[in-house]
Parts: sequence; structure tokens; C-alpha cells
Amino acid sequence: MSAPTLPAIAAERLRRIYRRGSEEIAAVDDISLEIARGSFTSIVGPSGSGKTTLVNVLGCLDNPSSGKLSLEGRVVFENCRGLSESKLTLIRRDVFGYIFQKFYLVPTLTVLENVILPFTFFKKPGADEDVGRLLKTLGLDKRAGHLPGQLSGGEMQRVAIARALVNKPAILLADEPTGNLDTARSEEIGRILRELNARESLTVVLVTHNPRLAALAERTIELRDGKIHSA
Amino acid sequence: MKKLSVFAVAWKSLLRKKTRSLLTILGIAMAAWVLVSLFGFNRGYEASLNKDIDNLGFQMLVVAKGCPYEAATLMLKGGTGLKYMDPSIAASVAAEPEVDGVTPMLMQVVFDPNKGESGGVAAFLGVDPVSYPKLKSALPFKAGGWFTEPEAAEAVFGYEVAELEQREVGDLYLIPEKEVEVKVVGILERTGTQDDGTVFLPLQAVQRIFGLNELTSIGIKVKKDADMKAFEDKLYKLPDVQVVSLSQVKTTIMTLVSTARVMVLSIALIAILIAMMGVVNTVLMSVMERRQEIGILKSMGAMAGDVFKLVWLETIILCLCGGLIGTGLAILTARLTEVLVRGFLPFSPSGGLVAINSGLILMTLGVVTAIGLASGIYPSWKAARMRPLDTIRSEAES
Repeated sequence: MSAPTLPAIAAERLRRIYRRGSEEIAAVDDISLEIARGSFTSIVGPSGSGKTTLVNVLGCLDNPSSGKLSLEGRVVFENCRGLSESKLTLIRRDVFGYIFQKFYLVPTLTVLENVILPFTFFKKPGADEDVGRLLKTLGLDKRAGHLPGQLSGGEMQRVAIARALVNKPAILLADEPTGNLDTARSEEIGRILRELNARESLTVVLVTHNPRLAALAERTIELRDGKIHSA
Repeated sequence: MKKLSVFAVAWKSLLRKKTRSLLTILGIAMAAWVLVSLFGFNRGYEASLNKDIDNLGFQMLVVAKGCPYEAATLMLKGGTGLKYMDPSIAASVAAEPEVDGVTPMLMQVVFDPNKGESGGVAAFLGVDPVSYPKLKSALPFKAGGWFTEPEAAEAVFGYEVAELEQREVGDLYLIPEKEVEVKVVGILERTGTQDDGTVFLPLQAVQRIFGLNELTSIGIKVKKDADMKAFEDKLYKLPDVQVVSLSQVKTTIMTLVSTARVMVLSIALIAILIAMMGVVNTVLMSVMERRQEIGILKSMGAMAGDVFKLVWLETIILCLCGGLIGTGLAILTARLTEVLVRGFLPFSPSGGLVAINSGLILMTLGVVTAIGLASGIYPSWKAARMRPLDTIRSEAES
């Protein structure tokens, strides 16, 4: 009998509370979920439902207020003990790649330089060997020497994806990655994420408003008022 | 595989706002320029002053009692408002055991209507043909030599006088006002000192031509092991004399220029402070504009120390570029600085006033790097403690 595979992300009764004066707002309210390794999960819900807050907590960009969070079986948060920023950084660079609605490319660096920018600070062993293949996979090999200002929106987001993947993360968190793109470019990004998930067994967590994009995922979690409405 | 260094990232970040970076670099360059010029002036001035004094050939000058500043000027430049003393003082001084040699001198100044466009002052220094050449043994001749007789109507021209009067050895020269002709027997090489503008005559000839039996100064070479201070005190016991020693001259002149130096140093300090504020402002603005980008760097694995290093490096690059440009400017404009400074000084030695060497350049680059390190601390610290979530959220809210 083989040992059960540990989930990429396991959250138990996660809460994230913000205080505005005397008012407490539970942006994430008692959420428990598991995201399997190599899965493609989309998180949907209306604005203010807590999608981004949840993905920030799951992606160690933020500490939860309470609950338990484990990444591939390793407990990173439990019993209200928040992690320091440096510890969160260490976890982030080991486990996650992030893409956002805005591309955050450095305008004076070329496509290739933007993609390998993470290596300036941290490089996983052998990570630099696959950069050429990564650029080719994302259709950027012919644009490597171009500056971001010379690219289309879709190309810029592909550069951001390449940058997020260059250090071979186990999990890719994508927060509204097509929010700035037209329909054709959005579908192109969706297709790329799907292919990366299928071909590289990359765990993908996608936050989106776009139902067509969400439909690409094998599992959709819908949030309302900080709680899971359907999963 | 292409590599991207932290330096390259910092450099390219600065290129994003070229005008702003350039203006900041220029601010630092101005501060470095002032710094190099100021310290270069300090070194050059002292070196030229020392050279002038060393070229005198004697360490002490006895003059008739009067203003010490005039005495200092007289010692170095020759001068007007001359005061006289009895020639017997020279014999009294020579009798002192500390004395290695003395040379009596009589300076006279006349108005020469043919000098320049509206006339000028011609200076004649009567020197003893025996003792003066001994004390000034380093004085090089371009042509001819010293006088043939102690009372001869002969003259030795300094380099510039010979050029100006267009005289060669063997030519005659008419002393203005006195209508006495002297024969040019020697022309000195250029020395870069007051000797270049002096006409030397035998002491007794000057006394005869100008109808004086007195002296304006006595140059004294002191024995090497002599106690200068004790000897100076001893000389002050002679009636109505002023003793000007080498160290005194240096101190007097350096006191005169110290006020100017303090003023320029204050300006340099203000320039440095303004430049520092400019650097802090530029880097801080750059950090605030790149909040989201810094957040992304941290989300992709950059530690607080990495971000601090990146921003600090940007500051140091700005300062080093400014330092290099400012130092280059100071070297290129050293001659212009010299001309400008000369106009403000009560006394300028004859040599170069601004001396810039590799040590000074390294020191300046060290100072601007230190400015960079100090200026960069706050913006770097501010950038390092940014949390990726806050920066990304601020974007979403904006």
C-alpha cells in the first residue's frame, strides 16, 4: 500500500481579520481546504468576497489571524503564531511563484533580464539550465532581447509567468492574471496555465472573475463573504 | 547563461529616470569639485609658499621695525613703504655665533614711465656681490654671471625683467628717474619666484646711485644646529629691528589666507550637505515609485538585506559617478580656479596654487562614497522593510 500523497496546501479553520477602528472585518472566515499537488484550482467570487486575501494567506504573503496552514505537510502557521517577514520570504522562495493583474516588469531590463531577475537574489540548483526552454514554452524566445515597452499586454504577462516559474516553484499563485488583458489574450494566458499544469504537474491556484478562465480548472472554489460557498 | 548582477539591476534602475539621476550626479559632482579644488588649493598654496621661502636662500630676514605683514611681503615680494636701518647692524648680526652667513640688502623702487601702457614700478635690489651669491648659490644663470666689482655699474636681470626690457648680456640699461646707465652682466633663469621680476645691482652701486648709506634688510643663514627661537630673541635686542623668520612668514601668510580657507570650507560643507539631501531625496522618491516592484522582488525571494543592498548600491553609484565627474572637472579647471583664487588672496606665492594628486583624488572619492553610504541608509532601510503584501495592496487600492 503506498503512502498517501500530502496536499500541496492544507488549511484548517483559517481566519484573517482586519480591524477598521473598532470594527472587525473577517476577510477570510473559518476556511478549511486542501489543494492537491499538481492540481489546477480556481477561486472565484464577487468583489470583496476574500479571494485575494485567501490567496495571500495561502501563498505566505500574509499571516492568517488564526487557524493552521501546512505546505506539503510542513506546518508553517498554527496557534496564532505569525511568521517573521524573513521566514515568510524563505518559504515563498522555496515554494511559490506569483503572478498578478499588473505585470510589475522592470522597464529598463530586457525580457530575458526580467525573467532571470530572481536569480540575482536566489537561485535553486540547476534552475538556470531551463530558462531557454521556459522562454520557448511561453513563446518568448524571439523576444528575449526586447524591453517590456516593446511588448503587448499578453506578452508582458507571459514574461511575468516566466519570471514566476524560473526558480521552479511547486505552486503557482495567479491573482487575476488576465484582469488587464482582452478576451483573446486572457484565453491565451489561461491556455498557458493549463498546459503548465498538465505538462509540468505544476500546482496552479488561480483567482479570477472570468468564468471562462475559471472553467479551465479541474476544481473551482467559490467564496462569499470570506467563506467557502461551494467547492 | 546570461547573468544579471545586483550592480546591473541597480544601474538600470537609475536609468529609468535619467534626468533626475543626472541632476543628482551633478549635485554630487559640484560638491566633489569644490572639495578637490579646496584641498588642492591648500596643498598647492603651502607647497608654493615653501618653495618661495626656500628659494630665498636664508631663513631669517632682519628689517627696520614696522608692520610685520609689510615685512613678510618685503621678504617675499619686495615692496613699497620702505624703512631703513643702519648698516652697522649687519656687522652686529654677523658676529653672532649662530650665524652661518649674512647678506645686507637695499631695495629701491622707482616709477618707470616706459613700463606698460601707463608706466609701472621698477624694483632694484642692491646686494653684496660676495655674500649674496653664496647664500643664493642655487640661483641659476641663463647667461653671464654676477658683478665684476663691488661698486661696478652692472646689473643682473631676473628672467622676466630681461624679457620685458628685451636686454641681453652686454646691453646697457638706463635706471629711470636717476638717468644712470648700468651694464647687464647676467640674466637669471626663470625661477618662478620674485627674483624673476628683480633687477640686482651691487649694494654699493645702489647706495651711490640713490644717495643712501642704509639698508632695507639683512638676510641671515642660520647654522643648522642653532636654536632659532633663542637666536630670534637675541636679534630683537638690536635697536629698532624687526625679525622675520621663515616659520613666522609662513604663519603670517597662512593666517591671512586661513579666513578665506574657512569660508571656502564652509561652502564645501554646505555643498556636500545639499548634495546629500539631493541624493536622499532622489533615492527615496525612486523607492516610493517602485514600491510594487520592490514588493515583487521580495515575493520572488529577495530578503530584506538584498533589497537594502540594491538600493544602497544605487546611492553609491550616484555618488561615485558624481565624485568622478567632479574630480575630473576640478583637474580640468585647476588653472581657472588658480586665476580666480589669486584675485581674492592677500598674498599669492609665485608657483601653482592648486595641486591635485592621486591621494587627493582617492580621498575625494572616499568622501563621496561615504556620503553615498550615509545618504543611502534611510531609503535602503525604508525599502528593505517594505512588505510585499502592503506594496501590492497599495497598488490595488490606488
